[in-house]
Amino acid sequence: MSARVRSSLFALWRARLFSTPLDSAISLLVLAGLIWAFAPLVRWALINATWAGETRADCAPGGACWVFIKARFGQFMYGFYPATERWRPNLFLGLALAGIVPLFWLEGRTRLRLGLVVLLALPVLGVWLLGGGLGLRAVETRDWGGLMLTLFIAVYAGLISVPLGILLALGRQSRLPLVRTLSVVFIEFWRGVPIIAVIFLASLLLPLIMPAGVGVDRLARAVIGLGLVIAAYMAEAVRGGLQALPKGQTEAAAALGLGYWQTTGLITLPQALRISLPAMTNEFIALIKNTTLVLVVSILDLLGIAQGSLADPAWVGMNMEAYLFSGTIYWLICFALSRWSRSLEAGGPGSH
Amino acid sequence: MLRRLYYDARVRDLFWQIVISVGLVALTIFFVRNASQNMVNAGIASGFDFLWRSSGIDVPFVLTSYTASDNIWALFWAGVANTLFVSFLAMILATIMGFLIGLARLSSHWLLSTAAGAYVEFVRNIPLLFFVLFWYFGVIAALPQPRDSLGFFSAIFLNNRGLTVPSPMDGSVFRWALLAILLAGAAQWLVVRWAAARKARTGQDAPVIAAGLMLCLVVPVLALVIAARATGWDMPQPGRFNLRGGFVIIPEFVALLAALVTYTAGFVAEIVRGGIAAVVKGQREAAASLGLRPGQILRFVVVPQALRVMIPPMTSQYLNVLKNSSFGAAIAYPDVVSLFMGSALNNTGQAIEIIAMTLAVYLFFGLIVSALMNWYNARIALVTR
Repeated sequence: MSARVRSSLFALWRARLFSTPLDSAISLLVLAGLIWAFAPLVRWALINATWAGETRADCAPGGACWVFIKARFGQFMYGFYPATERWRPNLFLGLALAGIVPLFWLEGRTRLRLGLVVLLALPVLGVWLLGGGLGLRAVETRDWGGLMLTLFIAVYAGLISVPLGILLALGRQSRLPLVRTLSVVFIEFWRGVPIIAVIFLASLLLPLIMPAGVGVDRLARAVIGLGLVIAAYMAEAVRGGLQALPKGQTEAAAALGLGYWQTTGLITLPQALRISLPAMTNEFIALIKNTTLVLVVSILDLLGIAQGSLADPAWVGMNMEAYLFSGTIYWLICFALSRWSRSLEAGGPGSH
Repeated sequence: MLRRLYYDARVRDLFWQIVISVGLVALTIFFVRNASQNMVNAGIASGFDFLWRSSGIDVPFVLTSYTASDNIWALFWAGVANTLFVSFLAMILATIMGFLIGLARLSSHWLLSTAAGAYVEFVRNIPLLFFVLFWYFGVIAALPQPRDSLGFFSAIFLNNRGLTVPSPMDGSVFRWALLAILLAGAAQWLVVRWAAARKARTGQDAPVIAAGLMLCLVVPVLALVIAARATGWDMPQPGRFNLRGGFVIIPEFVALLAALVTYTAGFVAEIVRGGIAAVVKGQREAAASLGLRPGQILRFVVVPQALRVMIPPMTSQYLNVLKNSSFGAAIAYPDVVSLFMGSALNNTGQAIEIIAMTLAVYLFFGLIVSALMNWYNARIALVTR
């Protein structure tokens, strides 16, 4: 670093932090606050932390015990999924990535075809690979857990909520008064009640309204409940896109002689979805954050596993380690998605 | 004939609506029949008679006069009161904290705005449940035991069983104080209206701010001080192992409130930033060139326009706080979800009635919050011809 660069950097920081007496006072106050808050955290999480070892006894007092995370890593990722079968979720993740990533580069008809295959085949494949049957060892959903379950719930609830949300948004704009009323009531009802209550509701009522003898899997109930609520929020996101379209679009389509479904499928929806994609991504982030609520019906997602691991007598007092680790994973996923959503809004990939 | 009917838009609309209603009715009948069959098989009663049964459920934090010997209807209201109490406090505190952070983000001071921005990015990308559990199991559980409580002015004590504060022996004096405060508020409202009318008539300013300070600050403080002196106080006393006396604010409440406030403040901060950034710079410059002072620019030009942008998203944040207060169920804060949908449902098994009542609570109070905010929004809306 040359002397000139150094002195200009120094000038920059001086201008940023100490240009007037008031600025200097604020800088010192904020710095003091940051040091007060973060110095103990850094000392605990990094400097005094123990990274290597096998048991709790290896950990030095006064620092974080990352050995705990290492020992429990499998559980944080897969829950109680049998260790010999863990290749199945891994394989599924690999297949999903192999199917989805090319969609960002392909164009036109190939992209559409691959997209349809991915959309139709992967969800079925996923349930089979994770749940077993048909030649694979069956793994009960009771044993699923950790990050794998968090992602599973988010993706499958998303698969319910996006199509349903689109239908509801279209229904809200429908010419038929009955359809309009039903859509508005559905949307406003689910948006007005807390998600935690909906998860309780789904886990209690779904088995009740099915014919005697037909069981609904515990996990499926939670996914359906979440899917219904998020569908209502998705509908509002899509409605924003539909309302942003100029009226001339539908009028032009009508002048060309297109019917309702042709107009919707070929003209309005593709444009509306492109406009509402950032809003829909934000709803998906909210969905990921809300998957944690399955904790209340004792389904152990990532946060649930972190919470459950606190009760292990071999690892007493690992609250902070468990929270910091799982919190970081949630933050990374949601932050990446929100950045993506913002780049879409700013006219990144997918815009004109 | 049939062909003409098929191409008649009105006939087709009617046809599809009939098909949809028949389908829905059939589905409903299917579900209801299954449910009643299943309930008969499981021996679950139906109807609302269970509300008058004695509840026998102990609630650690009650704002109403509920005790375990009361009926389930009283338990329901105890839960509703707890939900509303924590939601209301969280809305106020989150608004204050969010405004401060949002203003810090807009500050020209680099470090301050960066720190505020980092806070917002941190908070918005983490699940609320994480905050609730973190405050409850991470922070409050790490506080000292009751016998080593952190004391403030030897009146307030903080420990891992909650926050112990002095409690008044005679609560009725505070009702009088509240009445005095409400009267002062009403008087100030009249003063503001009178001043506005006079200004419209004569163009003269009236001392509204001085009257406001008197009526909205001095009177309430005086009323509270007098009330506090009039009643005796049950002060918490540090004992050998535990604190004696005082009113204990349970740790679940403290954790839930802290989580709701720190989480929601991040969203409020973004709304505040967006609202103020939406006021174009020309407005400020025009106001300055008219000779308005900085305080006047803020009061008459920036804030009224920013509020207009901020109110609709703030409404949905307040609704979120109301709904998110149900996260307390995860740490057994006795709100309506955990008391009624949890304990009462376990005791009675009447899922449908209890779920319907609980959801109705949120829908009803959500409507009230929306109506209040819409009323406020209509008041400050831009008046056009």
